[in-house]
Amino acid sequence: MIPASFDYVRPTSVAEAVQALADGGDDAKILAGGQSFIPVLRLRMGDPSLVVDLGGIAELRGVREEGDKIVVGAMTTHHDVTRDDLLNQHVKLISEATKTVADFQVRHRGTLGGALAHADPAGDLAAPALALDAEFVIAGANGERTVAASDFFEDYFTTAIGPQEILTAIRFPKYTGWGARYEKFNRVAQAWSIVAVAATVKVEGGSITDARIGLTNMAGVPVRARGVESALVGQTMSEETVRAAAQAAAEGTSPTSDADAGSDYREHLAKVLTGRAVLAAAG
Amino acid sequence: MARIRTTVDGLVYEDDVEPRMLLVQYLRERLGKTGTVIGCDTSNCGACTVHLDGLSVKSCSVLAVQANGSEVLTVEGLERDGQLHPVQQAFHDNHALQCGYCTPGMIMQSIDLLGDNPDPSEQEVREGIEGNLCRCTGYQNIVRAVQDAAQKMKPGASQAAPVGGGA
Repeated sequence: MIPASFDYVRPTSVAEAVQALADGGDDAKILAGGQSFIPVLRLRMGDPSLVVDLGGIAELRGVREEGDKIVVGAMTTHHDVTRDDLLNQHVKLISEATKTVADFQVRHRGTLGGALAHADPAGDLAAPALALDAEFVIAGANGERTVAASDFFEDYFTTAIGPQEILTAIRFPKYTGWGARYEKFNRVAQAWSIVAVAATVKVEGGSITDARIGLTNMAGVPVRARGVESALVGQTMSEETVRAAAQAAAEGTSPTSDADAGSDYREHLAKVLTGRAVLAAAG
Repeated sequence: MARIRTTVDGLVYEDDVEPRMLLVQYLRERLGKTGTVIGCDTSNCGACTVHLDGLSVKSCSVLAVQANGSEVLTVEGLERDGQLHPVQQAFHDNHALQCGYCTPGMIMQSIDLLGDNPDPSEQEVREGIEGNLCRCTGYQNIVRAVQDAAQKMKPGASQAAPVGGGA
């Protein structure tokens, strides 16, 4: 279908974009890479009066090192994320997860910030961002504020970004030398995750000294598998230890039941995939 | 209305478009480039794949206004002096199509893949065309065609043919 009519602006700075959103009122919407938003418009599931395209704002693109953080501009494409040396070296989990998003064409257009702001519970980048303790930089009329990943995802498709605010960057602490694996379970090519597990672990001298695990699609928001993390830390690395720790993966989750899987099957998947993800990350 | 200026298959076009116009509509309905087809309307099938500034995109998921200032390559811009692009020729030689509806998108995505990975394994081809659905062939001959094209496009390969997307 053809989208309903809307007005369109393409600002060239964050300040202009914030102003355009304020002028546009409640019906103004932000266009990032458009790989979820344009289908929404086309299916007429959304009917904004104004679309504010962030594609012309150069400062929102690219990856840079700032002290002990790696900062990714919100409009950096998935394609650019997967090829970025800083991320591959220091935040490997986000690179690994991004490689599994949709397909090549979508990764050429889709952006890290757009995917996180969209907050689809089956999206692949929220669980890694949560596991990695990312910080979200949000700009609005009153300047900039920073929100922790644990406070960013509020509900299905709902984040801490206000209606007249823009996500401008995502800051990641460095996890240099950590192993990482995004273990995704889906039915067919380019499908959304039924369940996926984002794991990054630090192994020193045969022992697991630190572990971060995030779960995709085990609730309306990404969930941290803290029970597994604490069961792993301090243990000697072995398949048996990992499989035993992974049994705690479904604790504190509230997975949905749908055509792809019942909630009990999702709980089973979370445990199995956590075991696989941690073993691969530690290997 | 928004004024856009694009280069499509080597020619420059200027047009006024509604912001809601999709790139695929612009290509087909304004420029008459019906070689790029609409398959699914849900962003899944990849039949409408074109190159936008050298990268493959689903042209149903890009607004025409977003292509302002950009270079677009469609399946119609691949042929050179009456000679098919090596990937087009390989699809023909390997019978990589039945109904042919997915073919323009398959070819455009395959060229993108080979630009990035000139000698892909079977698995890499399958992953590379993950965003393109074919409901006839079972993909076997498509994968063969892409690997065949990769061999023919290698530097020093005997077939004298243009290499790359031409954009």
